[in-house]
Amino acid sequence: MNPEGSPSLTGPEGLEGTCPPPLVRMIGISKRFGPVPVLRSVDVEVRRGEVLILAGENGAGKSTLIKILGGVHTEYEGDLEVAGRRVRPRSPLEANALGIAVIYQELSLVPSLSVADNIFLGRPLTRRGFVRDGEQRREAERWFRQLGIPIPVTAPVDTLSIAQQQLTEIVKALSREAQVIVMDEPTSALNAPEVDRLFGLIAELKGRGCGIVYITHKMEEIERIGDRITVLRDGERVGTAAAAELPPARLIEWMVGRQMDAQFPRHTPQMGEERLRLESFSVRESPSDPQPAVDGVSLSVRAGEIVGVGGLQGSGASQLFLGLFGAYGRRVGGKAWLDGRPLEVVSPRAAIRQGVALLTSDRKATGLVLPLSITANATLADLPRLSPGGWRRPAREVAVAEALGRRLSLRAASLGLEVNALSGGNQQKVALAKWLQTEPRLLLLDEPTRGIDVGAKRDVYALMNALTAQGLAILLITSELPELLALSDRIVVLHRGRVTARMDRGAATPEKVLAAAMGATAEPTVVSQETL
Amino acid sequence: MSAASSTPLGRLGTNPAFRAGLALALVLLLGVVFNADGAFFKVGTHRDALRHTSVFGILACGMTLVIITGGIDLAVGSVVALVAVVFSLMSIHWGWSPAVSVPASLLMGAACGGAAGMLTAWFRIQPFIATLAMMVFARGLAKTLSDGMKVSTAVKNADGTYRYVDVPAVFRFIDNRILDGNLSVVTVIFVVCALLTWVVLARHRWGRQLYAIGGNEEAARLSGVPVDRTKILAYAVCGALAAVAGLCQAAQEQQGDPEAGAGYELTAIAIVVIGGTTLSGGRGGIGLTLLGTLTIGYLEKILSINAVPEASRLMLTGAIIVVAVLAQRRRRG
Repeated sequence: MNPEGSPSLTGPEGLEGTCPPPLVRMIGISKRFGPVPVLRSVDVEVRRGEVLILAGENGAGKSTLIKILGGVHTEYEGDLEVAGRRVRPRSPLEANALGIAVIYQELSLVPSLSVADNIFLGRPLTRRGFVRDGEQRREAERWFRQLGIPIPVTAPVDTLSIAQQQLTEIVKALSREAQVIVMDEPTSALNAPEVDRLFGLIAELKGRGCGIVYITHKMEEIERIGDRITVLRDGERVGTAAAAELPPARLIEWMVGRQMDAQFPRHTPQMGEERLRLESFSVRESPSDPQPAVDGVSLSVRAGEIVGVGGLQGSGASQLFLGLFGAYGRRVGGKAWLDGRPLEVVSPRAAIRQGVALLTSDRKATGLVLPLSITANATLADLPRLSPGGWRRPAREVAVAEALGRRLSLRAASLGLEVNALSGGNQQKVALAKWLQTEPRLLLLDEPTRGIDVGAKRDVYALMNALTAQGLAILLITSELPELLALSDRIVVLHRGRVTARMDRGAATPEKVLAAAMGATAEPTVVSQETL
Repeated sequence: MSAASSTPLGRLGTNPAFRAGLALALVLLLGVVFNADGAFFKVGTHRDALRHTSVFGILACGMTLVIITGGIDLAVGSVVALVAVVFSLMSIHWGWSPAVSVPASLLMGAACGGAAGMLTAWFRIQPFIATLAMMVFARGLAKTLSDGMKVSTAVKNADGTYRYVDVPAVFRFIDNRILDGNLSVVTVIFVVCALLTWVVLARHRWGRQLYAIGGNEEAARLSGVPVDRTKILAYAVCGALAAVAGLCQAAQEQQGDPEAGAGYELTAIAIVVIGGTTLSGGRGGIGLTLLGTLTIGYLEKILSINAVPEASRLMLTGAIIVVAVLAQRRRRG
């Protein structure tokens, strides 16, 4: 899988583990969010002058792990050692002081301040309390010059490109004399030359003896820069190996594991006519985006069918749903038909009227109105029909909410309760109830089981079966591979907004899906466009 | 308190309503203790307290709508002045019939509010800034239309002399009392405004959409709520209610004063906040605002019948706003 042999960047000399103590050691780290365990006794070691790849599916626990390292999460079990010394950073600032710098996907720069100000944020160079701007500027310039990065240090950060901002973050980390630099998918917004420059910088950092922890979903990057790989799955460490000893096929095997519970009772569907048809459908999140988030996707869903959309972070699957639902207005390209009629993609309002419903992935941020009651939330999307002439019928709304609650086995003391007060599973049921009430013909489910307990999950699966039995068409996104494989009648895999594989239920395996999601288009299972 | 517990989200409102009711009860108790030799027990005292607070109450009704969406309207005080001037010009100087002048005034208020709403909804200007601009603009317009002078019953003739005209019937009607002089018409107008706003918030689709927008604008949009239209309407109705307050103001003063209403927006906001409607939006209701109106109104009256100087009254009101808001704070955020 690595025909060129060891790329020049790999440094195998540190792999024996007998040389100086590792820069960072995380021992037996466990962490739970409420009742949900996200990390179970994970061990990770970062050595001097290496790139450690942290690999795993979405939700495997990678982000939580680096947040513990970065001092963001302070409640956890286990030990953290830096250069052999036991530490417990209680804030990002303390982690910084220990020589750990984390560059999150959401950059933590102050957009309105200059590059130099950002680099010295929190520890400005001062004299008698006054910031020495000139000194900061010279110092910042020195760093950038040293690394060969041409960035105007006096420019406000929000005038820079994402790539330049990323580089600024890295310089900020370096200027704090960070020994361990964690990068969470740093290339997601970079183009090829920028990626090259970043990798050059990483090589340079390795040369200085820094340890890099690198999170990525791209196989190509793992092959290019990885020295060692630690794989996480469901919050547990599957293993750690030298990159050379973990070819892509094995890596994917590690990531998906072997266990496949038969927890997902998908009934044989009664498929009907074609419900949704997309032809080279594209979505731009904002008009200024250089690259569309969804790029020429064609697919179809039949009545009674569940089509799963596979993909890792940045695949564009969520944007596909939002775009189809009209959330980006008319900023979409390509063609869409619903039941043979052109689907007018204009606004969520229009989408709902035409029979499309979208369960968003983040129920708290975009799904529910938390301070409103269960009844108010469950009837919100269907308000036009429930309030003919504009006047609401509270009694009818309560009856509607009661019926929905029974259908979804919603557990709540009262329907007048704020949804704020409900558990994740019950909140999700309220969000689902809202969409069932609109009697959709196409249901877009984005992570319908994220963060809910096992019982609620089973209810959601049962509901999906019942709905498709009634002829509803479902498009499903789930980052849990077993779930995707078990629930989908067909799977379409996206990578960076493009379809990289299509497979039928019988032909789909976790390995194939994951390989396609990581950008491998040359899989033999890829069905050509004509058989859409 | 019964009005509050039947607001749209009745059970939600129970707690804030109880607290707001408690605040009012405390203020009334204050009145019973410091009754200024029995002055507090006279009907006239209550009538005047209510009459005085009614204009603020009307403003607070509109302010409640806007605050429920998570916005704010700073322009209402200036709209009061603008409408008072325009209404006086139409009624006193031009002798227009109330059938024309009243709707025209309301329309003017709605236009001011609607314009601020459009700036907020379409051009994504923060409500604070958009309505601040409208506040300054409407004040300027009021001064332009009135030449910077009070529009009173002394009408300037073409030759520069003045003639005096009667106070128009509509002014006298608004400033009248009913029930043997025991209830001001202004108070009745306030109650009608409160009732209408309550019905809309509790029973109309639009009211529910206001709460949804204030609670989570993005979720509301993705649930098919026409967010822009709904918001603009909220600001327009707030402006129209400010116009109603402007009519009352003009009638009570028997003139249109372009300087009137300065700072009224802040009193209206204080009333809404003391009631327990949260400034972050999505929670609250007219029942709460009603309680807030009475609390502020009675506090003022009780302090004034006890001859507390205005300077101390202001300081005390400030302190009470802080206490009320602290008491309303929820456990989480």
